[in-house]
Amino acid sequence: MSAINAPEPGAADFVPGAPPPATVYADMWRGITRENPVLVQFLGMCPTMAVTNLLANGVAMGLATTFVLVGSGLFVSIFRKYIAHEVRITSYILIIATFVTLADLILAATFPDISKALGPFIPLIVANCLLLGRAESFAAKTGPARAVADGLGMGLGFTFSLSMLSALREILGRGSLFGHDIFGPHFEPWVFMMMPPGGFLALGIALLTLAFIQGRLKARRARLAAGAA
Amino acid sequence: MTGGHQHVHGAPAAPTAQATPTWKLLATLAIAGAAAGWLVVTVYQITLPTIQRYAGAKIEGAVREVLKAPARWDTLYLVNDALTASPPADADKRELTKAFVGRDESGKRTGVAIVTQGPGFQEIMQLMVGFEPATGAITGIKVLDQKETPGLGDKIELDTSFLGQFATRIAPVSGVKGKPGAPPSQVQTITGATISSRAVIRIVNGAIAKWRPLVQAYDAGGAK
Repeated sequence: MSAINAPEPGAADFVPGAPPPATVYADMWRGITRENPVLVQFLGMCPTMAVTNLLANGVAMGLATTFVLVGSGLFVSIFRKYIAHEVRITSYILIIATFVTLADLILAATFPDISKALGPFIPLIVANCLLLGRAESFAAKTGPARAVADGLGMGLGFTFSLSMLSALREILGRGSLFGHDIFGPHFEPWVFMMMPPGGFLALGIALLTLAFIQGRLKARRARLAAGAA
Repeated sequence: MTGGHQHVHGAPAAPTAQATPTWKLLATLAIAGAAAGWLVVTVYQITLPTIQRYAGAKIEGAVREVLKAPARWDTLYLVNDALTASPPADADKRELTKAFVGRDESGKRTGVAIVTQGPGFQEIMQLMVGFEPATGAITGIKVLDQKETPGLGDKIELDTSFLGQFATRIAPVSGVKGKPGAPPSQVQTITGATISSRAVIRIVNGAIAKWRPLVQAYDAGGAK
């Protein structure tokens, strides 16, 4: 028991649970691929289901979340040594809520139509577990550069996943992409894909595809390893 | 995981060595709150004019559409359940409910446009209704905001032939299903969006029933 509780000898700045050292680039790339928030970590499922019916909505939601992830990651990291342990969650939520409000206002002032389409889901980014998750598990334990890289990577991974899902749903559910008609008037849209169950189906298809690709890669690596031995 | 904060099973939580004094916690939250508040207010003030301009442009476009491109329009304000052209000086004009009176080149009234709202299939929807107060004839309607089911109920906004029917009808209108609505008061509901169509009809009827007497009372009180 005491072995667990004892701080590492000689490490004055030791932070329990700190992420292992890595380059800024690796921190960013991780969020897009190996630790993709939607497809691997299954975080932020509420906006994933709710706003991925049109590609424009998915991209806007992803970019707004990226903005909040980067901004809150930076501030949480800068002030991590001044925020007392007892009030850290409150402080993180305050920082996140501030950036969400900024994102909401900026979106309303720049893209009013998208802002209207996303409705309450932008303010609800506050409650997206991805934000608090990254603040608590990463930004609070590393320097600002790595925290920003992590936020950017997670945000881009989130944007990428949402864009894929919403592109699939818009193509099938409305026969268009970014609002441009692509199949002509004889295409009967699958209205089902625009509705909530369509979100689950699209996510299922995405995960199945990912699992299939991963399985193939694993088999290939195993074959290569067997060949080398 | 959190090395210094685990406690032995069953034993009461021992206070950690570096327990932070309360004033420090309060100071942290107070400073963070003040900084966050300042930032939000600053960005709010910067973005507010743009956001209001968009909202204003949207209303103006809708007025032009439902009143069939009037030459100009006057704005009336609803104060104490009566319409007036000059609201009290202390009232914020932006906050007041408005009626837009469209006029042709000669200044003759062509219709009145008002913003109204009511429950749709699952959310409140907001419509602009243009009508002629003397006869109750509808000049046009436009959906300003709706959250009906995508692909089904949202046809009330996207299917222009549905909304177009209203422009030749006289309130109160009624919905018919599956066959073209006969003038002067029938409107054909949209297949797959019957409830949303009926909601639109109900909101339009309710709005005209409410606003006709108001405009007539204003006329009687010495219209300009």
